[in-house]
Amino acid sequence: MEDAAPAVHVSPSPHIGSTSNSTRRMMIDVLIALTPAVAMAIYMFRVYALIHLGLCVATCLAAEYLFVRMRGKSISLNDFSAAVTGVILALSMPATAPWYASVIASAVAIGLGKIIFGGLGMNIFNPAMVGRAFVMISFAGAMGAAAYESGAGWVDAISQATPMNALKQSGTWTPIGDMFLGFTNGSLGETSALACLLGGLYLCYRRTASWEIPAGMIATVLVIAGIVDLVGGHGGRLILHHLFGGALLFGAFFIATDPVSSPLTPRGKAIFGIGIGALVMLLRFLSGYPEGVMFAVLLMNAVTPLINRWTIPRTFGEF
Amino acid sequence: MADQPTPLERFIRGILPENPVYRQLLGLCPTLAVTNSMKAAITMAAAVAFVLVCANTVTSLIRNLLKPHLRIVVFTLTIATFVTIADRLLAAYMYQMSKTLGPYIPLIIVNCLIICRCEVCASKQPVFTAISDAAGQSLGYGLALASVAGVREILGTGMFFGFRVLPATWPDWAVMVLPPGAFITLGLLLGAVNWYSGRGAK
Repeated sequence: MEDAAPAVHVSPSPHIGSTSNSTRRMMIDVLIALTPAVAMAIYMFRVYALIHLGLCVATCLAAEYLFVRMRGKSISLNDFSAAVTGVILALSMPATAPWYASVIASAVAIGLGKIIFGGLGMNIFNPAMVGRAFVMISFAGAMGAAAYESGAGWVDAISQATPMNALKQSGTWTPIGDMFLGFTNGSLGETSALACLLGGLYLCYRRTASWEIPAGMIATVLVIAGIVDLVGGHGGRLILHHLFGGALLFGAFFIATDPVSSPLTPRGKAIFGIGIGALVMLLRFLSGYPEGVMFAVLLMNAVTPLINRWTIPRTFGEF
Repeated sequence: MADQPTPLERFIRGILPENPVYRQLLGLCPTLAVTNSMKAAITMAAAVAFVLVCANTVTSLIRNLLKPHLRIVVFTLTIATFVTIADRLLAAYMYQMSKTLGPYIPLIIVNCLIICRCEVCASKQPVFTAISDAAGQSLGYGLALASVAGVREILGTGMFFGFRVLPATWPDWAVMVLPPGAFITLGLLLGAVNWYSGRGAK
């Protein structure tokens, strides 16, 4: 019996790995990019923002720990993905949302949105939007468009209607400057177009987010809003209203760019962005809701596998 | 025929080991559609139980007359007869409930649970065996509907059989009463039952 020959294992290429491209680094990038929006939310909504941020992040982390333990997998809290889901979810909540809405939304986001499909990387839908849709439909009275407005709050911002709802319901225009800087009512993180742009451009620069998705989404919104603006004779005001208003920029940069639930190829990403933009405008103009980013993202998430199949790149030499 | 289960075993199997919803995944349409309140779910389960027991009895009685190539037609006609009886009885004595359940009572005709029991049990077994099988399956079906409906009604309205069980400050989870709540609840309960059964097998 002679000794076994020494085995040399050569795996297929690539042989050079890059540790800078880890999930953890991407998630930290997203957290950095969210800083301006978080700061603006705390500045505008004070203690409301802190309550929802605290509840969402704490519940997301706890739910991730609990559900991953239940599945018997190794704990993955230190990749920060649950924390990112928590922050994005909190920033998409209205300031007036009851505390239990944040807790339930976070538990649903992690449990039903992510872990039940197999954890990070396996989820079909954007977890934060699954959680938000669950509580939005459940507690329509406490979370719907009209509930954003409350005279009994501790901060001034929530005493006014959101810009999207004001225009849709009563035809009142909000000054575009306020919408750009964020001195309006709305979901916690969406009010400031500037903060979302700053964070979003950082994400695109770091290539953590693919630029094709926000570009496709914003371009589509500009085109559709432009046509409606021309037909209605608003002199360009409607375009800026739809660009800076609602969750468009927040959604374009932070929600739609979730690498798990968006398509893989550049062409697919552009189609994905265009689809979301078109659905957002459809919902804004023709549905009962003043805003439609959440449902638009969820609907396009559902067709992501189809887009992936359409846009398989042709290998060299194939016709 | 030593390995044939006794009538009592057939009855017990219907409750959990071969539960129509949780084990065989049959009859899911009403499980999803009418379980937003306990009353509707129990009425539905009772209607299914009536149809299943009667259809199994009749099928078992005529099992020696069945021609293999015509048996499905005979099963369907038998089931349809009893579904029509159940539908008209509900409309006559429980008009509101009949309106609530809408098309789902006539749709019992196409409930695969019933034709499945006619095919695998009643068309091959004597009457008493067929009835005990139908009773067990009906009970299992009723328990499954009640479990889904219980979760949905309590979370969705804070009530159970129309009585308030959670404090009035309970925020109703409207989504649980809407169709998505049915899918979510059934999925989670299926997972729980699988987990429970799997744990016992280890």
